[in-house]
Amino acid sequence: MARITLENLAHSYLPNPESEDDYALKEMTHVWEDGQAYALLGASGCGKTTLLNIISGLLIPSQGRILFGERDVTDAPTTERNIAQVFQFPVVYDTMSVRENLAFPLKNRGSDPAYIARRVEEIARMIGLEDELRRKARGLTADAKQKISLGRGMVREDVNAILFDEPLTVIDPHMKWALRTQLKSLHRQFGHTMIYVTHDQTEALTFADKVVVMHDGRVVQIGTPEELFETPAHTFVGYFIGSPGMNLLPANIEGNRAYVNGTEIDLGRGYGKPQGKVEIGVRPEYLKLSSKAGLPVNIRRVEDVGRHKIVRAEFFGHDINIVAPEGTEVGADMTKVTFDPARINVYADDWRIAGEAA
Amino acid sequence: MEKTTNQKAWFLVLPVLILVAFSAVIPLMTVVNYSVQDTFGNNVFFWAGLEWFEEMLASERMHSALGRQAIFSAVILAIEVPLGIFVALNMPKRGFWASFCLVVMALPLLIPFNVVGTIWQIFGRLDIGLLGHTLEAIGIDYNYTNDSVDAWITVIVMDVWHWTSLVALLAYAGLQSIPEAYYQAAKIDQASRWSVFRYIELPKMQGVLLIAILLRFMDSFMIYTEPFVVTGGGPGNATTFLSIDLVKMAIGQFDLGPAAAFSIMYFLVIMLISWVFYTVMTTIDKKEMV
Amino acid sequence: MSDTAMTTTAARSGSKGIALPRINGSFIVMTLYLLFLMLPIYWLVNMSLKTNQEILGAFSLWPRNLTFDNYLTILTDPSWYMGYVNSLIYVVMNTVISISVALPAAYAFSRYNFMGDKHLFFWLLTNRMAPPAVFALPFFQLYSSIGLFDTHIAVALAHCLFNVPLAVWILEGFMRGVPKEIDETAYIDGYSFPKFFIKIFMPLIASGIGVAAFFCFMFSWVELLLSRTLTSVDAKPIAATMTRTVSASGLDWGVLAAAGVLTIIPGALVIYFVRNYIAKGFALGRV
Repeated sequence: MARITLENLAHSYLPNPESEDDYALKEMTHVWEDGQAYALLGASGCGKTTLLNIISGLLIPSQGRILFGERDVTDAPTTERNIAQVFQFPVVYDTMSVRENLAFPLKNRGSDPAYIARRVEEIARMIGLEDELRRKARGLTADAKQKISLGRGMVREDVNAILFDEPLTVIDPHMKWALRTQLKSLHRQFGHTMIYVTHDQTEALTFADKVVVMHDGRVVQIGTPEELFETPAHTFVGYFIGSPGMNLLPANIEGNRAYVNGTEIDLGRGYGKPQGKVEIGVRPEYLKLSSKAGLPVNIRRVEDVGRHKIVRAEFFGHDINIVAPEGTEVGADMTKVTFDPARINVYADDWRIAGEAA
Repeated sequence: MEKTTNQKAWFLVLPVLILVAFSAVIPLMTVVNYSVQDTFGNNVFFWAGLEWFEEMLASERMHSALGRQAIFSAVILAIEVPLGIFVALNMPKRGFWASFCLVVMALPLLIPFNVVGTIWQIFGRLDIGLLGHTLEAIGIDYNYTNDSVDAWITVIVMDVWHWTSLVALLAYAGLQSIPEAYYQAAKIDQASRWSVFRYIELPKMQGVLLIAILLRFMDSFMIYTEPFVVTGGGPGNATTFLSIDLVKMAIGQFDLGPAAAFSIMYFLVIMLISWVFYTVMTTIDKKEMV
Repeated sequence: MSDTAMTTTAARSGSKGIALPRINGSFIVMTLYLLFLMLPIYWLVNMSLKTNQEILGAFSLWPRNLTFDNYLTILTDPSWYMGYVNSLIYVVMNTVISISVALPAAYAFSRYNFMGDKHLFFWLLTNRMAPPAVFALPFFQLYSSIGLFDTHIAVALAHCLFNVPLAVWILEGFMRGVPKEIDETAYIDGYSFPKFFIKIFMPLIASGIGVAAFFCFMFSWVELLLSRTLTSVDAKPIAATMTRTVSASGLDWGVLAAAGVLTIIPGALVIYFVRNYIAKGFALGRV
């Protein structure tokens, strides 16, 4: 168990990277607290797996250091780091039985046979394979195989961290919930640091204490699910988290007023006069349709997704989404929208700027 | 995959059937025909029953040829399969050097058999061959034309040179199909190099190795041209393998009856051993599934 | 392999150009093995570039008096170079015949159950196990009796004995990997069987066809026993022509070596063109 520190870490797959574009992972410094469950969230190709492989030691970073606790493990091989990793696709030793598969990591470390036997039984119960222990792994379904991979990842009690690389991709949807809940309870029980890579926001938000959002080789925000929702630090976070994502409108800002195509919107806080590409972001959940007060919108389409309605609309030439709570009638007269000033975020060149109380 | 029953599929197989019937069944019938008849020349034949088979089964000549053949096939399998796997494990996985190795390794496979023989015949000669000359120069007594041990070594080294690459390429193809994640998982599990080979690489190579072993067994058991060019079956009969003996008998001495009986038994032996190989290896495979 | 070795290969995979290989155990093993493969071939090439006097006279590791006369002899004498032409003709004929009959059969084996299918498949494979020596004489009689002796087609058909079973086997492996839904979708879209097979199915197993063709080419090109037995003059293959120098008065080593080198070239060309498919193709769709 240890805190993981990334110091000025960066990685490029090219031997002589020149510009920043050559880096798959841009320079970053972060601390991952011991015993937390982290989710590493981002679109495909954003560097999640690269970062994970650097932490597990399968890749040596081009620059920077990794510390486990106080120890520098940047150049240490995987085996010395004492971590466990579960891959996207089931990795099982086909010719071994389920029992041998689960015992393998312990056996290679020379654990006591009695302990191995006990521990394997325990893990098999957790992943629900106690009846299959004698079977060869080869004949099992993909679900069961992935459970074995998960089990092999958790069989060692002394690991510094357990890394999961999109481990539930091949699992049936109904099993996903069950397994994720199990992982979460395991985390509570043993308190391992867990890092869980995924591109599925629901998975990330339900699993993790802290979600690390990556975009284009950068960590753009580390925060609790609530923070990511309320105050996305980067426009990508706003767009990626939430369904539908945050509405972003180009605006001119003067103090506590934003102007979208000349229309004034109250921001509630003062922002001075930011330069560059300036946008305001507001979640669809915080827009309210009404027939009386507010700014004019044209409703294009209404989608009923059960718990609420998603209204696709046009606002001064920009597409926006509005979430109308269940039971709201979206009639033809609903042509006005109101903004909740407290929920508006302001972005300059994609990064959020904090306002001052006006 | 689920297959549907459809008797019309026979029509699709028909061309192959006709072609193979023409090129296999008719000649085979000729062979069978000869094997049960005797002749005093002038194309007059009479029924000989199983006489030739009995004679051949009792013949010292066939026994010793079969013995030599079995030893030869066993030796080259014992060398080529492990060596091929070993080479495959050491090949670069990707990039220019991987292609380079593949091309160089495939080269001996596409050299006509008699040219392979010629290459080694020349290579091993004491007067003009690099190998023979070098061995002689460093004082090793080597002469494949009159020493049967040297002849055997030459023929075996030649076959290893010729065919190990086939095993290696097949094994390499098997290795290439292993996702990188397996190796990463093995590292994380602290598996030893041997465990990686035993539990990851070998199981994945099993299918292609079965093909490699079958092909190598069949082809080594039928080997004719290469040793014939190098040693002509000699010195004496030291490297007279089954095919060489058969051709001597059928074309050299024109003993059609015995040669035909010999042929049929030869064919049956190959089929039998191939079938045993195949059955044993697939049963092992099935056992592993349970 | 050590950890560092692995990470450097991973790090290098994105780079262009030829990186020098690392000197480690694998490198030494491969160097020794490739050297073992190349030495005899080098020796042949070396001899082909020498005069007979030099070959038999001084022992030298490389030609002192470089000469191309041996090659000129072959390339200007029709009885030599026609050997290459003959070989190429029957090899190509055999490859075309083998693949075109094997394609529908392999499709049938990979898609349908029919009466006797398993036995038929096994029987086909047994033909791959038939020693050419067994068939040499019967073939000679068969083709003589139907007037095909000493023709290219005779050799091409004879080689079908072992190439057709192999082609069926390889293609069946590749075809099994193509999901059946593709066939069904095509029929629903209104394709007839021949149109579906040529327009949709064949491109899907293109690499399989390539591999099967490669193997047919290979086994037909390297075979000597049958091709020599079935020909005398008009269709005589280069491999058989080569045996001539052995029997001629006084061995012409230089020409023999040059002829040998020339027989390696078609194979080398074929390998060069398929080099990127070798690794995958050798698995025969059965990994």
